[in-house]
Amino acid sequence: MPFEWFVALRYMRDAKGQTALILAAVAIGVSVIVFLSALIGGLQTSLIDKTLGSQPHITLRMPREEPRPLVEPTAGVAIARQIEESPQRLRSIDQWPTIMAAVDRVPGVIAASPSITGAGFAVRSDAKSPIVIRGVDPQRFLAIIDIRKRLIAGRYELDGDDVVIGSKLASDLGATIGDKLRILSTENVDDVVTIRGIFTLGNLGIDGTWMLASLRHGQALYALPGGVTTIELKVADVFEAEHVAIDVRGRTGLQADSWMTVNAELLAGLSAQSSSKTMIQFFVILAVALGIASVLIVSVVQKSREIGILRAVGTPPRRILLVFLIQGGLLGIVGSFVGSALGALFSKLFETLVRDPSGAPKFPVQLDLSLFAFATAIATGVGLLSAVIPARNAARLDPVTAIRNG
Amino acid sequence: MADSSPALVVEAVVKEYGTTVRTRALDGVDLTLVPGELTALVGPSGSGKSTLLNIIGLLDRPTSGRVAIAGNDTSSLDERGLTAMRARMLGFIFQFHHLLPAFTALENVMLPAWGDRGMPSKQMRTASEDILRAVGLADRMHYRTSNLSGGQQQRVAVARALVHRPPLVLADEPTGNLDTASSGEVFALMRRFNRELGTTFLVVTHDRSIADRCDRVVELVDGRVQSDRRISAPTDDAQPNRG
Repeated sequence: MPFEWFVALRYMRDAKGQTALILAAVAIGVSVIVFLSALIGGLQTSLIDKTLGSQPHITLRMPREEPRPLVEPTAGVAIARQIEESPQRLRSIDQWPTIMAAVDRVPGVIAASPSITGAGFAVRSDAKSPIVIRGVDPQRFLAIIDIRKRLIAGRYELDGDDVVIGSKLASDLGATIGDKLRILSTENVDDVVTIRGIFTLGNLGIDGTWMLASLRHGQALYALPGGVTTIELKVADVFEAEHVAIDVRGRTGLQADSWMTVNAELLAGLSAQSSSKTMIQFFVILAVALGIASVLIVSVVQKSREIGILRAVGTPPRRILLVFLIQGGLLGIVGSFVGSALGALFSKLFETLVRDPSGAPKFPVQLDLSLFAFATAIATGVGLLSAVIPARNAARLDPVTAIRNG
Repeated sequence: MADSSPALVVEAVVKEYGTTVRTRALDGVDLTLVPGELTALVGPSGSGKSTLLNIIGLLDRPTSGRVAIAGNDTSSLDERGLTAMRARMLGFIFQFHHLLPAFTALENVMLPAWGDRGMPSKQMRTASEDILRAVGLADRMHYRTSNLSGGQQQRVAVARALVHRPPLVLADEPTGNLDTASSGEVFALMRRFNRELGTTFLVVTHDRSIADRCDRVVELVDGRVQSDRRISAPTDDAQPNRG
């Protein structure tokens, strides 16, 4: 065994109490980091999953219609302007098949689905309910929102007059699978549809209003034969959605809204949570570093006579330096292994114990290998760094003084 | 070991301390030890014995003058060179044995060469075991040195100083805190290695009876060599004082 490892290990073994205490400190620090990251990571993932489970990552639609001036100002004529917003009509995206094919090839986009979305009413005997009618391409839409997985009754079928509606809408209308509804679109087109499936997305607004129909059916209801009002996109990395949206906007000239702008408040919340996590981690790491450094500083003082003897009998300073760096690194790495295991245990325990009434974990935790790798790398680095000062003190000891005063 | 050259040459060594008020600890010391000599360095407290020993032991540098060990001049060496030379050309026996308590007797004896080379070797281990047997600690090799008696510890220290067969061994009050019986044992060991291996010893001592059993006694007073007495020839095989 190399001299440095031999001496470092012996010193750590010899001071068992000290080693155990500081290992415990490092382990607790690392377990806090692991637990906290797992918990916050899990919470964020589940929040994002819930949010994105019922909306596309990016929605493309025609740009808003701008107000047109009735009189152009000319030289010598002053005009007191009064700008009135144009009323926004339901408009089809020009050349949408070409645009959709092009958008499908934009880097980062993994799925695109055309849709025609409008408002209307559903009537069943005395019950009337405002609805959002969404005419979609049944296959493509599944890539955006996987309705099949959210069905609570019936099947996902959108042929002809078949529709699939939200669970709250169904209960508001007192309707179930196979029932017929009369619907009226804002274009005053009315029709009778058959309920084939009922879904729930966990969002009252959607579950209480959405009615999914085929694209052709939607086009008929809104008198837009062959047209679509939006193209919905799914991207590979949800946090890149805004960048992809900007890219798509530049290529198509369409209005492209990413989920990140639609849910700006959620994002701000997530980012505040992340920064508080970073801050807690920083202080935990700082405490761990101070712990390791102080133990090693004391150890160097305690062992200064021995270090002096080793130097006197011909041990080069760099080996003495390494003896203490190795101790710091080992404390970090061993502590982080123990801490990772503890953190994983806490997380799993927490997930098991804290459950909501339905029995599902209230706080899903997210443990992955990169988290352990991160914690280990940090703790080892911190161990090494905090050993630098004590190790340099040790290597610089003058053997004569150290032996005399040590 | 360069046989023809003296084991130690100290030439006009001056050591001053302080910058504003200069104190002269050594005031032009000359000393030459021929191979195989066992020399005592005596003198009152503050005479500069320790300073001289530190300079010869390459733990300190002289203000002026030069030191050569077994024909190797040390004045041009940097810290690294001095460290390597301490490991290979010198053996140290300290007053309070100065062993490392966390390690066994065998490990203590191996540590200097291990620290010098980095990795232990079979040969390092064999040599250490041999010398521990030679100092009578065959059954104590794997004891932590903190579990050995004072005399045993000092014998481990002697073994550590001699395991790599250095041309020169420096001993600072090697019997200073031992009882008479243990002192006798330790001195006898040094004498034995001096005879068997031809190792040159420089022994700083306050103990008159130890000094009298050496081949030569050099007395230092106020940083100068006051007297230099030869008691017996280094090659003399008679052992009247063997303890």
